[in-house]
Amino acid sequence: MYKDDPGYDCSKLLETPYDPEFAEKKYNPDKPMENRITDIGPPHYAQFFPEVIKKNYGKWLTHEIIQPGVIKYTSETGDVMWVVRCGTPRLLTTNLMREISDIADKFSEGICRWTTRNSVEFHVTDEGTLKDLIEYLNNFKHPGGSYKLPIGGTGAGITNIVHTQGWIHCHTPATDASGMVKGVMDDIFEYWHSHKLPAKLRISMACCLNMCGAVHCSDIALLGIHRKPPFVEDDRITGVCEIPLAIAACPTAAIKPATVELPDGKKVKSVRVNEPRCMFCGNCYTMCPAMPLADAEGDGVAILAGGKISNRITQPSFSKLIIPYIPNEPPRWPGVCEAVRKMVEAYEKNANKYERLGDWAKRVGWERFYELCDIPFSDKSIDDYRLAYDTYHTTTQFKWSSHTDALMK
Amino acid sequence: MADLKKHDTPMIDELKKGPWPSFADDINTRAESGVQCCYDLLGQMELSYVHKETHWKHGGIVGVFGYGGGVIGRYSDAPHEFPSIAHFHTLRINQPASKFYNTKFLRKLCDMWDHRGSGIFNFHGSTGDMVMIGTTTDQLEPIFFDLTHQFDMDLGGSGSNLRTPSCCVGKARCEYSCLDTQAITYDLTMTYQDELHRPAFPYKFKFKTSGCPNDCVAAIARACTSIIGTWRDNIRIDQKAVQAYIGGEIKPNAGAFSDRDWGPFDIQKEVIDLCPSKCMYMDGNELKIDDRECVRCMHCINVMPSALRPGVDTGATILNGAKAPILEGAQMSTLIIPFMKMEYPYQEFKDYVELMWDWWMEEGKNRERLGELIQRQGLRHYIVDILGRKPIPQHVKEPRSNPYHFWKEEEVPGGWKRDLAEFRKKHLA
Repeated sequence: MYKDDPGYDCSKLLETPYDPEFAEKKYNPDKPMENRITDIGPPHYAQFFPEVIKKNYGKWLTHEIIQPGVIKYTSETGDVMWVVRCGTPRLLTTNLMREISDIADKFSEGICRWTTRNSVEFHVTDEGTLKDLIEYLNNFKHPGGSYKLPIGGTGAGITNIVHTQGWIHCHTPATDASGMVKGVMDDIFEYWHSHKLPAKLRISMACCLNMCGAVHCSDIALLGIHRKPPFVEDDRITGVCEIPLAIAACPTAAIKPATVELPDGKKVKSVRVNEPRCMFCGNCYTMCPAMPLADAEGDGVAILAGGKISNRITQPSFSKLIIPYIPNEPPRWPGVCEAVRKMVEAYEKNANKYERLGDWAKRVGWERFYELCDIPFSDKSIDDYRLAYDTYHTTTQFKWSSHTDALMK
Repeated sequence: MADLKKHDTPMIDELKKGPWPSFADDINTRAESGVQCCYDLLGQMELSYVHKETHWKHGGIVGVFGYGGGVIGRYSDAPHEFPSIAHFHTLRINQPASKFYNTKFLRKLCDMWDHRGSGIFNFHGSTGDMVMIGTTTDQLEPIFFDLTHQFDMDLGGSGSNLRTPSCCVGKARCEYSCLDTQAITYDLTMTYQDELHRPAFPYKFKFKTSGCPNDCVAAIARACTSIIGTWRDNIRIDQKAVQAYIGGEIKPNAGAFSDRDWGPFDIQKEVIDLCPSKCMYMDGNELKIDDRECVRCMHCINVMPSALRPGVDTGATILNGAKAPILEGAQMSTLIIPFMKMEYPYQEFKDYVELMWDWWMEEGKNRERLGELIQRQGLRHYIVDILGRKPIPQHVKEPRSNPYHFWKEEEVPGGWKRDLAEFRKKHLA
């Protein structure tokens, strides 16, 4: 069952060309268990390691970022390896994948790796190849002029924006993902391949509150939100939903069972939404397709900031709601881009070395953060959901800022 | 080729401009090589840009025989306008741990995906799976046959099951890694194949493994069980290299601040004063660490990777219960086991997993994550009654500030049954 014995590898399997007829020959819908292989898990990771990694596994001694996007690793065996990190939009076609394979074949012994932030990395072991690879990537562009694989994403800069599917492939989004990310990354591209920020800055994007992108602990989080309660399709609900599940799905108990009369006089079981209790989380829609809530005017983007995952210096922390709503503005979301840029620039200018965005905001005080970023404070940043008390300000210690000045005028 | 239908997509075309890699250009290039579904996908996306609403339908259960997860049904709500994406299902494929690939694999996969689907991938999904976007229902079984027979690959998790475990780059490339993250991830994935493919849980469940507290896989924010590498002996110090940092011969933080002049490196200001537990000091020319006071935050090691290394007695801190906000608000993983050795075959860890899963499967409500169940029934109950572990101060940030503990009858001498008549003899009503 296990494939982790030292002799195992699937290279023979991979050397056999793809047989497009194979499944049709082997799969019989009337006997689905015939010839079936199940529960074999993923291929063993070690067979895809470059030789230098196989040899130095667990023996790495130190590393140095020799330029943004290029990391040099030194092993206790004396071996040296360079990694070139390149951004991708996460969505990739087979065309680009074959080109990535061409690059890996030409420069990095036929091997590449993806990071948790959707960047692709090439490993090389000699400086000449490294130079050629960098030059190749810098000239490697799409017909429209964008880089196919821009080098960067290391050190005190911005990494790739982890994001979700959005309008390209998801059924619950409140906004698009790939388009917004393209807009934001174009706007702050200078921080992708430079090391001029006070520390690393992580932007993440999720297109609805389900947060497949887990943006809730990011320096800057872009989050698609709805602002209108769900429709209830009375004539369809019993056919496509289990009503008790839809009711139980609501975290605020805003959904109640109801018997309603359709226009044709037929009485059916359905639900009613207590609209003032709806917080637009969309969980009912996830459980029940007859309760859609997407809406061109209602939907948009919230921006959160100040979260982090790393345990470095300060503890991991959640992102906080800074801007409650920006309308969806395809194709480039200028409002989102402007807000992100304001925060990044204020952070660049004001934070100390090694200080993450949230730690800077905490040090100067959130009141100062709003002032320095030139972002209006809204009543919607005052928590009125559960455990809100944790965010109340129970001290007389605060700083005078433009907000208090305005009150005292 | 002649009957390809290209849609008018001015807004999507706008996204071909600018320096950041353009997915629109990539998909369009593929469409131009004769793939109608790529044109239709861009066309439908343009329609979403006009309407500011998605055009993917909710629902439609599809999958492969015998599995409950791995395939997500996707249908267009404008199939007449975009017929080639009327069905456009997603497959999650279990990625090799830490996502290294050789080009033989990638090229063969491209051949398969061109033949049986849209030729569009997500590399990778947020949970870590290799994701193939866009195929039709009749192709699902053949794809599964191809993956298992021709690629040695299997589907990943979706629905109320174990989601595909994932990890950081670990010992493959990182000198900080206190764990063999890939080996752990591979072993857990193989051990729990049934849980991964056949939904039997109240809701999703995630394992994530990071080699050190820098947590590059975001385990503490996303995983129901976060396995994060740490050490219990002393940070290894190379005093000569410390001097090289002080003398400016080695750049701090491996050169991560190279595009700005922050002045000469100051070990007092940049390392010692920033240490969260203030456990470091200079003794003449020697850097000293009071390791008993160290909280292993990684800052000093990150700043001086050539001078400082984690200790050699390594293992994992196990934390539970992270999740995104749906439903009860976002939660970070909570520290449960300060240190576990994590040695193959990880039996101590698996015994722990069994206890955790038995409780959650028995008590968890529909769509209740482990972290939410811990909240609902109490961290104390989970640690003491379910796991049978000794409570320690490390389990809390600070002790509770209310006195409302639910004392048990057996904890109070004489129990709870009392004689009211005797009570009233002493106290008039």
